[in-house]
Amino acid sequence: MEAQKCLGALEERKNSIVEKSKHQKGQKISCDQNSVAGAVSQRACVYCGARVVLNPITDAYHIVHGPIGCASYTFDIRGSLSSGEETYRNSFSTDLRERDIIFGGEKKLAAAIDEIAAQHDPKLIFIYSTCVVGVIGDDLEAIAKAAEKKHNIRVIPIQSSGFAGNKNAGYKAACHALLDLMGNKASQEKLEGINFLGDFNLAGEMWINQSYFRAMGVSLISKITGDASYKELVKAPQAKLNIVQCAGSMTYLAKQMQKRYGIPFINISFYGLEDTLRSLRKIAYALDSQEVIRRTEILIKDQLKQTNKALDYYREKLKGKKAAIYVGGGFKAISLIKQFRDLGMETVMVGTQTGREEEYETIRELAAEGTVILDDTNPTELEKFMKEKGADILVGGVKERPLAYKLGVAFCDHNHERKHPLNGFEGAIHFAKEVHASINNPVWGIINREQGRCK
Amino acid sequence: MLDHTSREITERKALVINPAKTCQPIGAMYAALGIHNCLPHSHGSQGCCSFHRMHLTRHFRDPIVASTSSFTEGASVFGGGANLKTSIKNVFSIYKPDVIAVNTTCLSETIGDDIPTIIKDSEVPQGKHVFHANTPSYAGSHVTGFSNMVKAMVTYFSQGKGDGSNKKVNIIPGYTEPGDMRELKRIAKLMEISHILFPDTSGVVDSPMTGKYRMYPKGGTKVGELMDTGNSMATVAVGRFASEAAANELEKKCKVDAHVLNLPIGVKATDEFIMELVKITGKDVPYKLEEERGQLVDIMTDTHHHYHGKKVAIFGDPDHVIAMTEFTLSLGMKPIYVVTGTPGTSFEKEVNAMLENAYVEGRVKSSGDLFELHQWIKNEPVDLLIGNTYGKYIARAEDIPLVRFGFPNLDRAVHSYFPIVGYKGAMRLIEMIGNALLDRADRDAADEDFELVL
Repeated sequence: MEAQKCLGALEERKNSIVEKSKHQKGQKISCDQNSVAGAVSQRACVYCGARVVLNPITDAYHIVHGPIGCASYTFDIRGSLSSGEETYRNSFSTDLRERDIIFGGEKKLAAAIDEIAAQHDPKLIFIYSTCVVGVIGDDLEAIAKAAEKKHNIRVIPIQSSGFAGNKNAGYKAACHALLDLMGNKASQEKLEGINFLGDFNLAGEMWINQSYFRAMGVSLISKITGDASYKELVKAPQAKLNIVQCAGSMTYLAKQMQKRYGIPFINISFYGLEDTLRSLRKIAYALDSQEVIRRTEILIKDQLKQTNKALDYYREKLKGKKAAIYVGGGFKAISLIKQFRDLGMETVMVGTQTGREEEYETIRELAAEGTVILDDTNPTELEKFMKEKGADILVGGVKERPLAYKLGVAFCDHNHERKHPLNGFEGAIHFAKEVHASINNPVWGIINREQGRCK
Repeated sequence: MLDHTSREITERKALVINPAKTCQPIGAMYAALGIHNCLPHSHGSQGCCSFHRMHLTRHFRDPIVASTSSFTEGASVFGGGANLKTSIKNVFSIYKPDVIAVNTTCLSETIGDDIPTIIKDSEVPQGKHVFHANTPSYAGSHVTGFSNMVKAMVTYFSQGKGDGSNKKVNIIPGYTEPGDMRELKRIAKLMEISHILFPDTSGVVDSPMTGKYRMYPKGGTKVGELMDTGNSMATVAVGRFASEAAANELEKKCKVDAHVLNLPIGVKATDEFIMELVKITGKDVPYKLEEERGQLVDIMTDTHHHYHGKKVAIFGDPDHVIAMTEFTLSLGMKPIYVVTGTPGTSFEKEVNAMLENAYVEGRVKSSGDLFELHQWIKNEPVDLLIGNTYGKYIARAEDIPLVRFGFPNLDRAVHSYFPIVGYKGAMRLIEMIGNALLDRADRDAADEDFELVL
C-alpha cells in the first residue's frame, strides 16, 4: 500500500496503517496489540486507563499505591467536573520509598487508609496498584478487605500495574472495580430509568446529556463515571437500560451488568449532530414509551433548528477544509468523521490509540477514498500523513497539540483539555466554533506567507 | 475546592496528599533533551514515558519526544533486556538520533536490569552513543533524576585532565528553564568567557516556529562538547540538588575543579555567580553587567514599599526554593513557610539558617506536601504564594495571589522564554511579585482608597 511504502517505518508497524481503497476490500488493521519496543508511542499504561475511568467519581479517595510519579501525573488532570464533592481532585499517594520496595508496602498502604479515615469521612476509597507494586507483590485485596472491616467503608483494590497490558487492560480493571462496588446481586427492585456509561463530564458534558434526558422524561439513575458519587453508583444495578458512549472503556462493564443484573445495553454517541439525533431516538425507542418518543421528537425539533442555524455560519467558514483525527477511542473517531462531513470538511487521516477491530471496520466504511487509517501511531507518522494529505486541522490530545502547531496545522483538543462541552447540540456548535477559531486564526497566515504557501 | 483541607493538623506518616514533587525519570528525560540530537528513552512501561511527555509538553508547549521499552508482563518476569536491545535497534533505524539517553524506572530497577551490560550487548551504529542513568522513582524526586542524568553525561562522555587546555568554563545550569540557560550563556558571553553549558535545553524545548517539525531541533549540548568538559578550567554548577553530583563527578574523573553555588536568583546569588567566574578566569566584569546590576538595585529601591514585610509561602524544587528564600529576604519580605517535596536534610538546614539570620520565624520542610502547606496557611495566612501551578488550589481556597515560579507551570504560557536568573531575571521576578501584590491591592481597595499612583 502507498501509505506503508513511503513510510520506511518499523516493519512491525506495517499492519497498523491502512489507506482506504475500494480496490482492497478485505484490508484489516491490526489493533489492540502491544506497542513495539522503542516506539515513540502516544499510548499510556494500565494504571492510566484505570485511573482516567475512575477518576471522575467525585467523592472517592483515589490512593495511588506506588512511588510518587503515578499520583503526581494524575493530580487533577482530567477536567471532569463535579456538581457535588471535590475529593477526587486531590492527589493521594503512599509515595513508596526504597525501604518500602525492599520490605513491602502493605503496612504503609494500610496506614495510609487509616490516616484518611482519621482525618476525613470517607465512604469510598480506591487503591491503585502500580508497576512496582505488581512486582513486589503487595496483596491489595487483603489490605482492602481488612480496611473495609476496620473502618466500615468500601475500599476497592484496582489491579492496575502498568506493565500488565495496555490502556485497554486498565479500562477493564476499572470496570472490575465498578462491578465490585455495585455488588453481585440482581435482586434489588428495578427503577424506572437508565444509566449512562462512558461520559466523564469533561467541561460539563454529562450535564448536557442530563438536560436531554430531563426533556425526554427519562430519569438518569447513575452517571458512569462523570460527576458520579458513591450513593448514585450503587443504585446502578436497578436501572432498566444501560446506554454506552465510550465503548472502548465501558463495553466490558455493560456486558457484565447485563449478565449480573439483566440490564440490556445500547451503544450511542452524542458527538456531532448526526450521531446525537440517531442516539436520542435510539434511546427513546429502546425504552419503548410513546410518551418518551413524543418528547424526544419535540426536543430534536426544537434543538435542531437553532443548532443548524448557528452551524451554518461555521459551515460557510470551514467548507472544503481538511481534517486529521487522532483520538483515544474508536467511537469518538467515528463520530468525528461524520461531524466533519456535516461541516463540509473532509477527513484525510484518522487514527486511535486503542480502537477495536469492529470500530476500525466502521471507520473504513465511513472514510473517503484515500484516507489514511492508523492504530497506535507516533509523531513521525502523524507528521508524514498530515503533510502528505494537506490537513488543515488535527483533532487530538495533549501530546499532539504542539506537534500540529509546529507543522503549521490548527488544533482542537477533544480530550482532557477541552474547555467547552463538545457533545450534543450545544457541543456541535462549540466544536464548530473551536475548529473555526483555530483554523481561521491569523497566525497561520504569518506562517504560510513565510513558507510561500498561499492559503 | 480544596476547602477539603482541614485546619487541624494530624500527623501523617504513610500518606502524601497533593505532592510537591514527582518522580526521577521525568527529570532525567528533561536533562537528556538538553543534548543535541538526543532521544530520551524510558526503560519501563509505556505509561511512564507517556506521562512524562505529557507533563513536559504541557509545561513547555512544544513537542516532547521520547521512546519507551514498552514493558509487558513478560519483561517484568524475565527482565527488560530484550526490550531495551530491540528498542536501541529500532530507535537508531527509525528515529536516527545521535544519542540515546536511557533512564530507568521503578519497574526496571526493581526487576534489577543491568543496563550497562545490556547496552554493551546492543548494536550501536558507528559514531552513535547510548548512555544511561539509574533513576529509580522510589528515591529522591524529579530533581534527583535530573541530577543523575547530568552526572551520567560526565560518566559516559567527559574526557581530559582538567588542565584548562580548552580555555573554557563548564556551566551546569540546574533544573531551569531554557530562558535561564540562555541568560547564563549571555552573562558568560558578556564576560568574554568561552564556556560549555550542559545540559542545554534552549533551542530544543523553546524552538522557533518554522512550519516544519524537527524531531531534533537545533539546540542542545553537542556530544563533542560533553567530551571536552574534561579539558575545562573549572565547572560552575548552580543549584546543589540538581547540579552538584555532576560537577563532583567531573572533578573526580577529570580533575576539573567543581564550584557549586546556589541558583543565581537575586542580587547576592548573581554577584556570587559572576564573581566565581571572575575568580576562575581572571576576566573583568563588563560595564553592561554593572549597568544591569545597578538597574536592578534601582528597581529594588523604587519598589521596596510594595512588598516590604509581606508574608510569603514558597514551595517547589529545593534549588529554586533556597534561592527564592534568599531573594525574598533581600526584598524585605518574610518567607514564613518554605517547603519542598524533595527529600534532603541540607535543605532545611540551609533555609533555617537564612531565616535565623534575618530574624524571621518560619516553618521549613523537606519531603513536604501541599496539603500540609495549605493547613499551615489556614492556621496563619500569608500575603503571597510563590510556587508552581499546583499552588493555584491553595491560592483559590484562601484567596491569596500566586506568583508562578518553577516546575511545572501548566496553566500559563511564555515562562520558558524568559529568565529568572541573573540581574535581568531578578527584575522580572520583582515585576511579577510586585504586580501580583498591587493587582490584589487594587482589587481589594474600597472606592475611597482606590488610587491612581501606587
